[in-house]
Amino acid sequence: MSLLDRLMGREPAKASGTVARERLKFVLEYDRARLTPAQLETIRDEIIAVISRHVDIADGQVDVKLEQGGRLIAEIPLGRGAGARTR
Amino acid sequence: MIPATPRIITVTSGKGGVGKTTTTANIGVALARRGRRVAVIDADIGLRNLDVVMGLENRVVYNLIHVVRGAVDAERALIRDKRVPGLMMMAADQHSDKDDVSPEEMREVCEALRAHVDYVLIDSPAGIEQGFRNALAPADEVILVTTPEVSSVRDADRVIGLVEAAGKPPPRLILNRVKADLVARGDMMTTEDVLDILRIDLLGVVPDDTAIIAATNRGEPVALGDGGRAGRAFHNIAARLDGEHVDVLPLDNHSGFFGRLSGLFRADGDGR
Repeated sequence: MSLLDRLMGREPAKASGTVARERLKFVLEYDRARLTPAQLETIRDEIIAVISRHVDIADGQVDVKLEQGGRLIAEIPLGRGAGARTR
Repeated sequence: MIPATPRIITVTSGKGGVGKTTTTANIGVALARRGRRVAVIDADIGLRNLDVVMGLENRVVYNLIHVVRGAVDAERALIRDKRVPGLMMMAADQHSDKDDVSPEEMREVCEALRAHVDYVLIDSPAGIEQGFRNALAPADEVILVTTPEVSSVRDADRVIGLVEAAGKPPPRLILNRVKADLVARGDMMTTEDVLDILRIDLLGVVPDDTAIIAATNRGEPVALGDGGRAGRAFHNIAARLDGEHVDVLPLDNHSGFFGRLSGLFRADGDGR
């Protein structure tokens, strides 16, 4: 990190070796799962559709991701109206 | 220490151009210099590289295809390397095709050699098609060569899956062409990075060494000598294959003050 960057408060660029490692980890999770990011997007949309039939969900905040070790993790925050229905 | 059973080891990589043939030749030389009888086999049918890398191209009479066709016994197709007692090489045929050999035929050729040597080392062609399957079929063990680059490591990961699917034990890794100065300044993945991603055992780390180029030009594998960074790494790899415990050498770095300075903080590797 140069002195100028430090004075300007800029973030140092990641070393390219670190970038390589992170990109590889990402791509290999998909390779190993035989899944593409586009398919994951479709899965996300379908999960939203199924769950929305039963409960309100915060649409824009649904996160479906592939984690290390081949785990598909879906985080589905419920919408504001969701709790009211069950009461 | 003589290996109890002769071992058939396939050297493969997925991606081409990562140094498979040079690695196979040098491990062969290094094992033979330890007193082992070694047959190195060029399984890259249709191309022919191992003989020139080893400097034996002018002595090839019979090749793998002659053996498969039954024209000559496997042992007779081996060219004896006069520089190292116990070292032998079987060439590939340039005028045949990968489909001219089946995995079963490769297995028969290698099994026939078990009676004559301690190690059979198979130099696999690049890729994951027929040629790779032929080279993998006879293997008791697999060595995976990769460089610390994204494309090479990605292909290596795929090969690990295929080796596993073929019912073979997980490959052991040789990380090739590691550039100490780039690692030191963060511009190359470290050995730990690659091991963390691939999750297989490490067999050795070979530093990038321009001596390899000159050696290949002359057809004199670096492991014929005792010096040189890459040469020492190959001797260590041969010792580990033989079951000896040898620590991975510190990465020495002759690329100037910065490299030496950062080397102080990263002294771990056969060059890692």
